[in-house]
Amino acid sequence: MKYAGRRLLHGAGLLVAVSVLSFLLAQVAPGDFYSQWRGDPRISTATVAALRAQSGMARPLPVRYGAWMAGILRGDFGYSLAYRSPVAPLLKERIVATLLLTGCATLFAWLIAIPLGIWSATRTGMWGDRLSTAATSLLLAIPDLVLAIALLLLAVQTGWFPTGGKESRGYSRMGPVQQLRDLAWHMALPVAVLVLGLAPVLVRHVRAAMLETLDAPFALSARAQGIPRRRLLFRHLLPAALNPLVSLCGVSLGTLLSASLLVEVAMGWPGLGPLFLEAVMARDFAVVLAVVMLSAVFLVLGNLAADLVLYRIDPRIRTVDG
Amino acid sequence: MKRRCGFLAVVLAPLLLAGFLAPYPYAEQHREHPYVPPTAVHFIRARPFVQEDGHLYPLRLFPGNGRLFGVDPPAVVFLLGSDAYGRDVFSRLLYGGRLSLATGLLATLLSLALGLAAGVVAGYFGGWWDGLLMRGGELAMALPWLYLLLAVRAVLPLHISTLDSFLVSTAIIGAVGWVRPARLIRGVVLSGKERGFVLAARGFGAGHGYLIRRHLLPLTAGVAGTQATLLIPQFMLAEMALSFLGLGVGEPVPSWGGMLNEARQYHALLLHGWLLAPGLAAIPVLLAFLLVADAWLFRRSE
Repeated sequence: MKYAGRRLLHGAGLLVAVSVLSFLLAQVAPGDFYSQWRGDPRISTATVAALRAQSGMARPLPVRYGAWMAGILRGDFGYSLAYRSPVAPLLKERIVATLLLTGCATLFAWLIAIPLGIWSATRTGMWGDRLSTAATSLLLAIPDLVLAIALLLLAVQTGWFPTGGKESRGYSRMGPVQQLRDLAWHMALPVAVLVLGLAPVLVRHVRAAMLETLDAPFALSARAQGIPRRRLLFRHLLPAALNPLVSLCGVSLGTLLSASLLVEVAMGWPGLGPLFLEAVMARDFAVVLAVVMLSAVFLVLGNLAADLVLYRIDPRIRTVDG
Repeated sequence: MKRRCGFLAVVLAPLLLAGFLAPYPYAEQHREHPYVPPTAVHFIRARPFVQEDGHLYPLRLFPGNGRLFGVDPPAVVFLLGSDAYGRDVFSRLLYGGRLSLATGLLATLLSLALGLAAGVVAGYFGGWWDGLLMRGGELAMALPWLYLLLAVRAVLPLHISTLDSFLVSTAIIGAVGWVRPARLIRGVVLSGKERGFVLAARGFGAGHGYLIRRHLLPLTAGVAGTQATLLIPQFMLAEMALSFLGLGVGEPVPSWGGMLNEARQYHALLLHGWLLAPGLAAIPVLLAFLLVADAWLFRRSE
């Protein structure tokens, strides 16, 4: 458990560093929400200064950081000046939407990648492997953005899928089954884009990891003992190949969240991405800071989870690390 | 490997020659021709013509304005159609690609330079420097890259001139991407430091500067090269993302991301499918870089 404690401490330290740095950066940024009124003849400079003082922007820096941090720990992310409402409730629905998207995409991408990667690794040099390698290379070269817009084009032209949003009108009046179906219908295209972007990367890694274990002496001896092929692949080789894949799971989260931001903006999915972009454009730093902190939390938690899972499943790490 | 490099050259050449291949300047507007579908080129006795108001105009090679082809004024030639202001999508696509490529290359240079500096210092001097630089790297990796990019962009002024915004987005993309090359180079330097010839040179009294310049930097060339082929397409994608989100170079300068943003409008999707062209143009370019990077990695691993 010492290992877990150390990883936890490391993650917490990272988050504190991110919070200090992003807070400082937001302070040195030229202009704030009020600077849009600077040239406005209807609002005097004194009014703007008074508004600034009222929102607490005139206090010394460490005090403001302390107040901000204390608020976050209480679940209060400050006040959005552009939305004229506290940030926390704004974020709540957006977080759910983004996590729904990325969670489903991760699940489906792995469900595709593991069998395909294994299948491809057992057929190196044959047409099946070549086809899958060529397909993954091609898919890797297609930007998520282009995929998103192409699928949007499909949705517009055929009318099979909605062209944005998370739920149909009258969603709240539907029964639970219908709600689920409606949600799935709206999610289908954004998730498809993310899966098509993520799965090729995963397939390549699964294939590489499996190739390495297929060559290992223990695999040869297991095969010589006549263990059936499927059992050999899934019970003996896959767990041994899992190590790099679990850490990949943590690392790919960052790429996935970035891709998700683009897809959300391109396809009109009401997640964190559009909110973040609007906040950047409006210089609404309370929201910018909140989203930055949240994305850091997601990433740190993802990596932490990967570390802990790795520690659980891979005895090699336990022996090295005590 | 040779074939793949050839493919890359073929794909990049049109972008580099944009000023010659594009029939129009990127900002030239033909207000009377908004959203024109791709111009049909008629071949009559093996010579190309373009139709305009019922008249045929010859499509001329080297029309004398320093460009490869064009037609005389009342007629227009839009190989990939035109956008809302009647600007030639084909010309804008080429110029936009050149911009993406320039961003990718410059940002890669910057991040390799930063990565080399950080990696060599961390690996060679170790100790305090190593800790500081690698913790800094972890900090930079603690955010998803696009969130980091937007957060840094948020700090800088929004409304700036085209050249400034080009430089700003290049600098941000390059500065954000230094961590991975730095870590790899640090590893190379760490193991290279203990190699026999480096120890021997040190035994003869070679200074830090000499050792780094003469022995350690050449060792990192392979890693730096592979990283470059991997980073250039990534950074081109990052540029596309930024300009798509409206934070890259602005109008009237074309960029693939900005053009895609226009294509995303509902009516554009429904009626003007050719606006998707810049997105499709990105695919062979990225694929070429990917193939070269793959071949390079494969060769190094053997």
